[in-house]
Amino acid sequence: MRPQMTPRGVRASDPALRGRLRADKAFMGGMLAISMIAVLPLVLILLFIIIRGASSINWQFLTELPKPMGEAGGGISNAIVGTVILIIVASVISMPLGILSGIFLSESGKSGLGRVTRLSVETLMGVPSIVIGIVAYVWVVRPMGHFSALSGGVALAMIMLPVITLSTEETLLLIPMSLREAALALGVSYPRTVLKVILPAGASGVITGALLGVARAAGETAPLLFTSFGSPYMVLDILKPMASLPQTIYFYATSPYPAWQTLAWGASFVLLVLVLVLNLLTKLVTSRWKTQF
Amino acid sequence: MEDSVLTAEETILETRDLTAGFDGKDVVHGVSLAVPKWKVTAIMGPSGCGKTTFMRCINRMHELAPNAQVSGEVLLDGQDVYHINPIELRRRIGMVFQRPNPFPTMSIYNNVVAGYTLNGARMDRTDRDQIVEETLRRTTLWDEVKDALYRRGSFLSGGQQQRLCIARALAMKPEILLLDEPTSALDPKSTAAIEELIVSLKGSVTIVQVTHNIPQAARISDYTAFIHLGELVEFGPTNKLFTVPKDKRTEEYLSGKFG
Repeated sequence: MRPQMTPRGVRASDPALRGRLRADKAFMGGMLAISMIAVLPLVLILLFIIIRGASSINWQFLTELPKPMGEAGGGISNAIVGTVILIIVASVISMPLGILSGIFLSESGKSGLGRVTRLSVETLMGVPSIVIGIVAYVWVVRPMGHFSALSGGVALAMIMLPVITLSTEETLLLIPMSLREAALALGVSYPRTVLKVILPAGASGVITGALLGVARAAGETAPLLFTSFGSPYMVLDILKPMASLPQTIYFYATSPYPAWQTLAWGASFVLLVLVLVLNLLTKLVTSRWKTQF
Repeated sequence: MEDSVLTAEETILETRDLTAGFDGKDVVHGVSLAVPKWKVTAIMGPSGCGKTTFMRCINRMHELAPNAQVSGEVLLDGQDVYHINPIELRRRIGMVFQRPNPFPTMSIYNNVVAGYTLNGARMDRTDRDQIVEETLRRTTLWDEVKDALYRRGSFLSGGQQQRLCIARALAMKPEILLLDEPTSALDPKSTAAIEELIVSLKGSVTIVQVTHNIPQAARISDYTAFIHLGELVEFGPTNKLFTVPKDKRTEEYLSGKFG
C-alpha cells in the first residue's frame, strides 16, 4: 500500500494530536467553502446566460439582421460583424503602438521618458471606459461630424493599449540578459537584437497580452455608445455608425419588449462565448509557444 | 612584466594601461598585456579580480553596462578597438559566455549561422549548409547533432549547448575568440570535451580564456596571465609561470593560499 500523505488512517491515541487533526480538517473545509463562494457568482452568471441565451441561438439568429419592432425573429449578424470590425480597427491601432511602447519600457524604462511613459500607461489603464469614450467623441466624432466605427475603434484601442504595453514590458523584462549579450557579441546591431532575438523569445507573452487586450475591449459598452453608436443595418464601412454586440445587448435589454430582451440574452451568450474563446486561446498560446531558456 | 618572453611570437592583441570599472570605481587597474597570435592565453585569478571585466573591454561589451567606464588602449592588429565600430569589432572578436546561451527560438542550424542571418546577410543555401557542417565538425558536434539540425538548440545537453555557442562564434570566422569561464557551469565530462576542442583550435584562431580553474589553465593554455585585485601580477608562458613563478603572489595563488 502506498504511504498516505494525509494522516487519515492514523489512529491518534494522543488527544492533543486528535485535536490538531480536527483543526487541520476544519481549515481545509473552510478554505474549500470560501473558494466555492468566490466561484459561485461566476457560475451563476454563466448558467443564467446559457439557460436564457442558448435557447435563442440558432442559424437565423447568427445570420440575419434585426427585424423591425413587432416582427418575430431576426438576428444579430450585423452586431457580430460589427464587433469583429471594431476589434480589427482597434487592434490595428493599438497593437503596434502597444508592442513598441512595451519594448521601449523594457529597454529604457528607468530613463526619465520611460518613467513618464509607464506612469501614463498605468493611469490610462485606470481611466473609466466612459471617459475614454468621451475623449474619442471629442477627438474623432466631433471633427468628422458623425458617429463612426472608426471612432469606436479609437476608443477601444485606448482601452487595449495599456494592457498590451504592460504585458509586453513584463514579458520582455523576463528574458535573460545572456540572450541579449549572445546577439550583441555576434556583432548584431541593437535594433536587430531587440526585434529578432528579444521579441521572438517573448512572442508568447506578447501575443497573450494582445489577446487579453482584445478580450477586454470586446466587452466594452460605454465608450461605444457615443462613438460607433449602433446601426440596424449590416455596415462594413468603418466611417459609418456600426452595431456591436455590447451595444446591441444594452439596447435590447433596456427595451420593454420581451422578444427584444430574448435577443439581448442571445447576444450576451455570443459575447460570452467570444470572450471565453479568446481567454482559452491565450492559455493555449502561453502553454504551446512558451520559450524554454 | 617582461616583454622578452613574447619576442618569438606575433602579437595580435595588445592592451596598454587598460583601466576599467563601474560607477567611478575601477576593477581593472592599468593592465598591459600582449596576446600572441594563434595561441591559447589564459587569464587566471580569484573570483572578483576583474578578469571578466578585462575581457569584456576587448570586444567592447563592457561599455554596454550602465555607468561603465574604461580608459587606456586595446589594440587589435595595431588598431585601437575604441576607434572601430563595435558591431564590426564584435564580428572580428567572438565571445562565449559562462553559461551556454543558444538562441532558444532557433534550431541548431540557425544558431550556427545566427551571426549572419541576424545581421540580414543574404547567403545561398549551399553556402549556409557548408558553414554549418564545417563549423559543427570543427567543434566536434557534427556527429552528435547531424540528424537533429532542425531541432531547437535548447534540447541539447549543457556541454553540447556550450559547444554550439562556440560554433556560433566560430562561424563568423573571428580572428580572436574570447571564452569567459566556458566550463564553469558544466560537468567534468563536458568540460573535458570543451578543453579538447579549445586545444584543437590552436593554430587557427587566437583564444583568450578567463578561468579561475588553475589546473585547466595549466592543461590548455600556452600563456597565462595572473590577475589579482585588478592588477596584472605576472604574465608568461604557462609552463614557466606554473613551475617557476617570479612573483610571490603567483606562487601563493598556485599553492592555494588564496583564491
